[in-house]
Amino acid sequence: MNTTLKTLVAVAATGSVLNAAELTGKITVKGTPPPAKAISAVKADPNCGKTRTDDAMTRTWVVGADSGLGNVVVYIKAGLEGKTFTAPAEKPLIDQVGCMYEPYVTAVMAGQTFQVRNSDAFMHNVNATPKINKGFNFAQANAGQVNEKVFDKPELGAKFACNVHPWMISYVSVMENPFFAVSDKDGKFTIKGDLPDGKYTLAAYHQKGGEVTQDIEVKGGKATASLAIEVKQ
Amino acid sequence: MFRFSAFTAACTLVLVCIGGLVTSKGVGMSVPDWPTSYGYNMFALPLSTWLTGGVFDEHTHRLVATIVGTLVVAQTRWLGGAASRRPLGIIGVSELLCGLLLLKLGPDWKGAGHFLSGIGGLVLLASLVPVKNSPASAGIPSLVWAAFVLVQFQGLLGGLRVVLDKVVVSDTTLGTVLGLIHGCLGQAFFVLLCFIALRLSPVWQRASVPVQGGLRFLLPLATFAVCAQLLLGASMRHQHAGLAIHDFPTAYGKVWPATDSAALERYNHARTDEVEVTAFQIQLQMFHRIGAVIAVSLVAACALASRASSTDPVVGRGVVIWTCLLGVQFALGAATIWTAKAADVATAHVAVGALSLATGVLVTLLSRRQSTVPIRDASHVSPKTAIWPGSVPS
Repeated sequence: MNTTLKTLVAVAATGSVLNAAELTGKITVKGTPPPAKAISAVKADPNCGKTRTDDAMTRTWVVGADSGLGNVVVYIKAGLEGKTFTAPAEKPLIDQVGCMYEPYVTAVMAGQTFQVRNSDAFMHNVNATPKINKGFNFAQANAGQVNEKVFDKPELGAKFACNVHPWMISYVSVMENPFFAVSDKDGKFTIKGDLPDGKYTLAAYHQKGGEVTQDIEVKGGKATASLAIEVKQ
Repeated sequence: MFRFSAFTAACTLVLVCIGGLVTSKGVGMSVPDWPTSYGYNMFALPLSTWLTGGVFDEHTHRLVATIVGTLVVAQTRWLGGAASRRPLGIIGVSELLCGLLLLKLGPDWKGAGHFLSGIGGLVLLASLVPVKNSPASAGIPSLVWAAFVLVQFQGLLGGLRVVLDKVVVSDTTLGTVLGLIHGCLGQAFFVLLCFIALRLSPVWQRASVPVQGGLRFLLPLATFAVCAQLLLGASMRHQHAGLAIHDFPTAYGKVWPATDSAALERYNHARTDEVEVTAFQIQLQMFHRIGAVIAVSLVAACALASRASSTDPVVGRGVVIWTCLLGVQFALGAATIWTAKAADVATAHVAVGALSLATGVLVTLLSRRQSTVPIRDASHVSPKTAIWPGSVPS
């Protein structure tokens, strides 16, 4: 899924003039990851089984066209030192629908409010176990219930789980700056924002595959990048 | 008394099984609060919520734990005899008052306050029940009081495992640590209740002489091996590292798997689940496998030694049962891996593990007992109540 960042960024502390920039690119997978498996427990559950006609699948490795790798968090890792940013006002949504989290991977900025919703007609609990931020565990008993949460510190891959339906897993990455995106099912990503021209380090983080980086240069508000995450055989 | 104690031990085995199921399914945190359940008094949780997914396992575990707690309090009152009234009354009032005091301290103490006042009320109620019998024979009241303390501590641990789940100490959540202690202590508690039942049984009351020779030392050694296995297994389960190695009898296709960083990366990339295994978890499972071979070998050696000598027939039968249990346990361990840790198989592995430990401890204690004069009650017990045939003196 392609997550686009809107220009909601405050001016950096340096006072330099920022330009609307667009970073595009693709994340690919090198090697052959294990194929996705059907999660049989979903249909076996009396409540969850009624919500789905298709099989719920594992999403550890989502590989699309031309080896494009989905669910990869892409972000500016270096080049913005000393600058501070205001968290976007947009509230990303983590939904629980058909006894699965949607999306599987979410990226937010530290201090940015995000929402967790239960779209199912029965109860889920949301058990967040980040390693750096403060965790929480609360119930969402009713369909449509929405809770808002904030993580204050940067952290990659904070785990969310529903223990009522223990196959339900999701990951939230918390970024230092607002220049990030999550690659779509074909591995494509777009980062938009007031990023000044200059040299940066772009990082791509996959929950299983780890992190790879690439030096990029933004010129005239444009840059492209291609990163490959390797599956160790 | 024997039947009641045996019933209490049986209920505890059921509780251990449900607790094992909760861990096997990973649903321990499906009820985020304690001692309330989703804000409800635990006995008033709506049926629709109770029957939802993992809530059923976790909430049932809490309810059965309450039943076991009540049975242990009743056992304390009964086996402690008329003399147990005063200490139970004092403990009950103290716990009730402490609980009410904690409730006044603020919302952070609410869970512990409800738990203490609830259990204090139950203990106080037990002290008010008229019991006229004298305490059970020597040694048993001490065991019963130990169970009384342990059941409350175990209940508190189970609750704190939920409440403190988010507290991190040295990269590990307190929930994981307390869950591990809760799991191990549950097994020890079960063994204690089995021992109380054995002490009251006709088997214990018959005349016997201590076992001599190699078996005398092999029995505690094998029991220690089974106990160590249970600790290793519990460590694996509570780290959810039971499938750190997914093949058996090989380990990642080898006799001993590589655990360098490149190998770990390879293993983890090949997994479709969310678990990231570590070198420690792989080594833990390897030690559990080696421990299984040692435990089975030692118990088999006990069986051979028992056949070779003129062992007390009760001890002999106990060793045979123990050997069978270890065989089943070994097969269940393998099946746990082959079925990708299917919850029912993994739970059966926990249950048979608890039975194996209890059998080992009981047989060891029976083998060291010396009694020349049958206790008077034994002659009044019908053969139907004997736990092993032929154990009642004629």
